[in-house]
Amino acid sequence: MTEYVGMSMPRYDGVGQATGRTKYVDDFVLPGMVYVKVLRSPVHKGVIRHLDLSAAENTPGVVGVLSAEDVPGVNLYGAGGDQPVFTPEHIRYKGELIAAVVGVDEDTAMEGVEKIDIQIEEQTPVFDMFEAMKPDAPLVRPDSESNLWEYEPGQTTRVMYIGDVEEGFAQAEHIVEGRYQTGEQDHAPLEPHASVAYLDEAERLAIHTVSQCLYFQLGQLAAIFGLPMSKIRYIGGTVGGGFGGKNHIHADHVAGIAALKFGRPVKYRETRREDLQYSTKRGVFILDYKTGVRDDGTLVANHIKLWHDSGAYGGFSPYGGEKCSMFASGPYHIPNIRTEAQTILTNKAGSSSMRGFTIMNGQFPMEMQLHKIAEETGIDPWELRFINAWRDGDKGVSRYTVRGAGAIEAMKKAADLAGIELPEHLLAMDSRTPPPQRGEAADVVD
Amino acid sequence: MKETLSFVLNGSPVDVLAAPTETLLDLLREQLGVTGPKRGCDEGDCGTCTVLLDGQPVRSCLTIALTVAGKEITTVEGLADGRKLHPLQKAFHERGAFQCGFCTPGMLMSAKALLDGNPNPTRREIVDHMSGNLCRCGSYEEVIEAIQAVANGEYKE
Repeated sequence: MTEYVGMSMPRYDGVGQATGRTKYVDDFVLPGMVYVKVLRSPVHKGVIRHLDLSAAENTPGVVGVLSAEDVPGVNLYGAGGDQPVFTPEHIRYKGELIAAVVGVDEDTAMEGVEKIDIQIEEQTPVFDMFEAMKPDAPLVRPDSESNLWEYEPGQTTRVMYIGDVEEGFAQAEHIVEGRYQTGEQDHAPLEPHASVAYLDEAERLAIHTVSQCLYFQLGQLAAIFGLPMSKIRYIGGTVGGGFGGKNHIHADHVAGIAALKFGRPVKYRETRREDLQYSTKRGVFILDYKTGVRDDGTLVANHIKLWHDSGAYGGFSPYGGEKCSMFASGPYHIPNIRTEAQTILTNKAGSSSMRGFTIMNGQFPMEMQLHKIAEETGIDPWELRFINAWRDGDKGVSRYTVRGAGAIEAMKKAADLAGIELPEHLLAMDSRTPPPQRGEAADVVD
Repeated sequence: MKETLSFVLNGSPVDVLAAPTETLLDLLREQLGVTGPKRGCDEGDCGTCTVLLDGQPVRSCLTIALTVAGKEITTVEGLADGRKLHPLQKAFHERGAFQCGFCTPGMLMSAKALLDGNPNPTRREIVDHMSGNLCRCGSYEEVIEAIQAVANGEYKE
């Protein structure tokens, strides 16, 4: 077996991709299949005052319509468990699902959507996190007290710490501060979100999904459909690019509800435009850093406050803020760290997981801090990173013990590839041996 | 009102009914079950739906089906000879010129058109020619290398 380690092997399923035989979800065309088009909110925030689907329902070729009252089980889903499949009343972002029309083809379904009679009372939205945190800000959720996500009831800040940052700052000859921001980003896989659902020969609801994580979603779907998991056949495995965007349900819930209601095979696929505008995103992060460092370059304290824009729903954002906190001090040994994370709701499409999943949102500012520290102390940036890099046995802010550290080895390789000659004393370092500068880590208080 | 349409698809004559607004992509995928060409954007930006129209690469999502009357359409399904892969297919597979594979059918058709017209392209010519085929997984370098390898004769018929 081990002779294959390190070798580049052709993919076991690669011939399927190279011949066009691989079946992606939208490649399934079933006899008698009907198609879904949806009505999305044209406004960022508002209240539905009137919704009449009868003209859509009476359109020739339309099989039927769906709205909140057609959800057989729980009309809530997502990693945060807070997003309705079809919103019954309150609109929290532009593009929020309100209703769906099922027709013999997409054009017919779209014709039905255009005939939906809807009146929305538009309200003032909030898009900026700091605006959303002001006491008089419009509430994304009218029934809540603020736009801050509650990690636990009443708890809106997730704190992690190791050591004591104030003690650390007291030892520091230099304090370097900075505010950093990372922007919103869409995954834009070439395969848009799509779903095919039908009742199989055993009356199970079969769904061909683009999901990246079937077992994150199966339970959510069972709750939406009001079915035991044994009555759902969730078929996945072929994904035309996901990058984290297919960790959230975008189409399977609607296709499944339609298949259950109408007893026909159903396809729901988002257009590229829908996919880009309304699918989950990488959310905005703003991070404030205060880093304490000794004259010799030893990092002694890091205090990080971070704000994560969740959009209208929780999704993986609360977890994303925690994950960012865990790695926002980079692969560096700092005995005293405190992170304070808040997740803020705004009237935008929900943010959720995307490649590297909020880790680099903390890595980038930490590297910028090191750049500033190098300027402030006059210490070479390579030296600064080498002496502070994790060694085996170090602890991060969430108090895990680092094993198999590799930052030093990675930096040596990077220098080599970039044609940079590192000094001998840095080349002599490795991730198994503590550096001479390092003091004892502060006792961990549990 | 649908009209009769006759053309040659991957070497075989086809007679179908097509609506005046129907795209070649819809006809191939929804009516004929030829799902190699993919619907990535449906507006001509991404190249996943690329097929050959009398040997020239076209976006099938922007091609009205009725305009291909009497012409020859080749999709990725028409590349291999039975189980014998086309050299480009072999090179893409063996060199890992894709990750999710969604762009691959379009990439292969663009690449075939390039090599049919210019058997020894420079790297620059490959990059220019393939610029209309997007790959979000980022397999561009392997795609270029696979095409170069085929041009260099490393993959024979």
